[in-house]
Amino acid sequence: MKQKTLPFQGTPEQEAQLKKVIAEHKGQKGATIPVLHEAQNIYGYLPIEVQEMISEGLNVPLAEIYGIVTFYAQFSLNPKGKYHIGVCLGTACYVKGSGDLLNKIKEILGIEVGECTPDGLFSLEATRCIGACGLAPVLTVNEDVYGRLVVDDIPGIIEKYRQ
Amino acid sequence: MENVTLKINGQEITVPADYTVLQAAREAGIDIPTLCYLKDVSQTGSCRMCVVEIKGARNLQAACVYPVSEGLEVFTNTPKVRRSRKVTLELLLSNHERKCLTCVRSGNCELQTLSEELGITDIPYDGERQQHEVDTLSPSIIRDNNKCVLCRRCVSACKNIQTVAVIDATERGFKTTIASPFNKSLAEVPCVNCGQCIAVCPVGALREKDATDDVWEALGNPEKTVIVQTAPAVRAALGEEFGMPIGTPVTGKMAAALRRLGFDKTFDTDTGADLTIIEEGNELLDRIQNGGKLPMITSCSPGWIKFCEHNFPDFLDNLSSCKSPHQMFGAIIKSYWAEKNGLDPKNIVTVSVMPCVAKKFECGRDEMEVAGNRDVDIVISTRELARMIKQAGIKFAELPDEKFDNPFEEASGAGVIFGATGGVMEAALRTVAEKLTGKELSSIDFHQVRGTDGIKTAEIPVGDLTVKVAIAHGLGNARKLLESIRNGEAEYHFIEIMACPGGCVTGGGQPIVPARVQMGIDLKKERAKALYTEDANAAIRKSHQNPDIIKLYDEFLGEPGGHKAHELLHTHYQARSKF
Repeated sequence: MKQKTLPFQGTPEQEAQLKKVIAEHKGQKGATIPVLHEAQNIYGYLPIEVQEMISEGLNVPLAEIYGIVTFYAQFSLNPKGKYHIGVCLGTACYVKGSGDLLNKIKEILGIEVGECTPDGLFSLEATRCIGACGLAPVLTVNEDVYGRLVVDDIPGIIEKYRQ
Repeated sequence: MENVTLKINGQEITVPADYTVLQAAREAGIDIPTLCYLKDVSQTGSCRMCVVEIKGARNLQAACVYPVSEGLEVFTNTPKVRRSRKVTLELLLSNHERKCLTCVRSGNCELQTLSEELGITDIPYDGERQQHEVDTLSPSIIRDNNKCVLCRRCVSACKNIQTVAVIDATERGFKTTIASPFNKSLAEVPCVNCGQCIAVCPVGALREKDATDDVWEALGNPEKTVIVQTAPAVRAALGEEFGMPIGTPVTGKMAAALRRLGFDKTFDTDTGADLTIIEEGNELLDRIQNGGKLPMITSCSPGWIKFCEHNFPDFLDNLSSCKSPHQMFGAIIKSYWAEKNGLDPKNIVTVSVMPCVAKKFECGRDEMEVAGNRDVDIVISTRELARMIKQAGIKFAELPDEKFDNPFEEASGAGVIFGATGGVMEAALRTVAEKLTGKELSSIDFHQVRGTDGIKTAEIPVGDLTVKVAIAHGLGNARKLLESIRNGEAEYHFIEIMACPGGCVTGGGQPIVPARVQMGIDLKKERAKALYTEDANAAIRKSHQNPDIIKLYDEFLGEPGGHKAHELLHTHYQARSKF
């Protein structure tokens, strides 16, 4: 089983919201995917606890739900951190060494792409071209964009958000 | 159904209008290779092995899903068809762990057969290969995705037939993998160990957890007395492993083979089945006469029991408290038989040969022991027994017919039919009816409860009482039946449920029959026939007339449902998580 990066911290309010969504869709054909979308909007991701609630509520096997969640790239099994790092692996950034940037981040944070640090602070994503090729290699932290980077810039950037 | 006439490879053939091209070709004596297709289980047209050319169609079409129509012209053996099938197979093989020499399915692998038939002599695509950890944590089933061809027959058996639904396709594209949610082991999800996934797998991606080494070790230990018992359904299928036609009963040769393997005593689980009928019949009468919980549901099928514990915990009090026949018999061997023969039960090893892989889980349940002695120490499937016979160099087909050992030499015909759906019900009715009325039945063949309909119901007059019974086989049918009871739509006194479609004769531990062979026969019926024939020819056909059982109660157990019977032969259940 995949390492859980952050314990589930769903609130009673979120659960009530999800139950409402399930009740609205129950009995409809093809209800699973719209419910998963809304569940991801509520929780930010789709951990086992949420998938079990949906399975129970819609009477759809958990294995089928998990199959759907892992099929579509838009669904995530892991939460987003307070700071979501996106490293561009588009062609321009890649040839300018963004793969090394990504490895450095993985090394410092101890997580893989798609995961979130146990303290919930950072999550990591490898993105397609974000259209800032002139600044290659590029990464983003939430709305902030950092360009023309070298590996040695990485510790400083991460440290900035740790403050 | 009206008929249509079509041409396959220029040959005219008339078939029912609801046929597929694959069915029509088969009827015309033309073989079309398949992989993901399996009658009654999977018909998705996704593997593209069965492609054919159809006049007027732009692309090649999958024969397993393409419907016939009047005037259709089909070509199954053109260069285009042959090339397409071959490339498809070569691509499949490029991502397959080609360890045929050490594969459990070597010699009975649909992928291997296709390779041979399509003339694959080389793997031209040598790309990346998926690497998977083998899941060995389940007591019953091993999943090795390195051998999986993603046909999804197991998914369909688990989800659509059994409604257990603990595996499905996950991820996508090259990373697609058949797995349980969150990549958990089969041991960590509500898998009921029925093994129907194994029975439908065309390759070696699913197999039983082999325990033959444990049996060999026990047999080689001079300190141990090793006792074997074989379930009714084993004799109806074991012969297939040695090239005999499906439905050949091999009871005598099986007893001979077990003796030659070195077991100290060779007993018949049918005796345990007779014992089950006495206890279960007594329990049913008691529940009916004294206002106990009804309907009472049989407890012989460990896959069904675990399914009930996970999905219908509100029905646990409906389950008969009887252990399954081989567990009962194991307990009797380690008490009554051990005592009679002056043996310490600690030095007895009980081995059960079962058509089932869920029995491997069952024999390990905490409650299946008496005074620190496990009822049954080792369970092996029919397939594993065949392996042992081959390893020992025994020429099975040439063996003489021998009998089981004394005591317990001759079980009743009622015990034999336990292996087919409806059999436990019929066996119970034969005994309950006579016990209740005190009169002998004029006919003991209860045809109402036989056959392979998914759910069978009947009202059986027994004296002043009309006993309402229902029989379900396959867990999807069991779910339907229980939901109708839960919703108050139906009421019964007595229900038989078997986890596997067809009952034990088509259990998850039985010889695996390729899709191509299954297309032409009804496996459930053919194997069941062997058992009903043995029953019809049996000298004793009612459990309560089995002299060994009568003696067992006289000498040892006392009353059915009495104190000693409860200690040895009954058990309890526990609610389990739905996820």
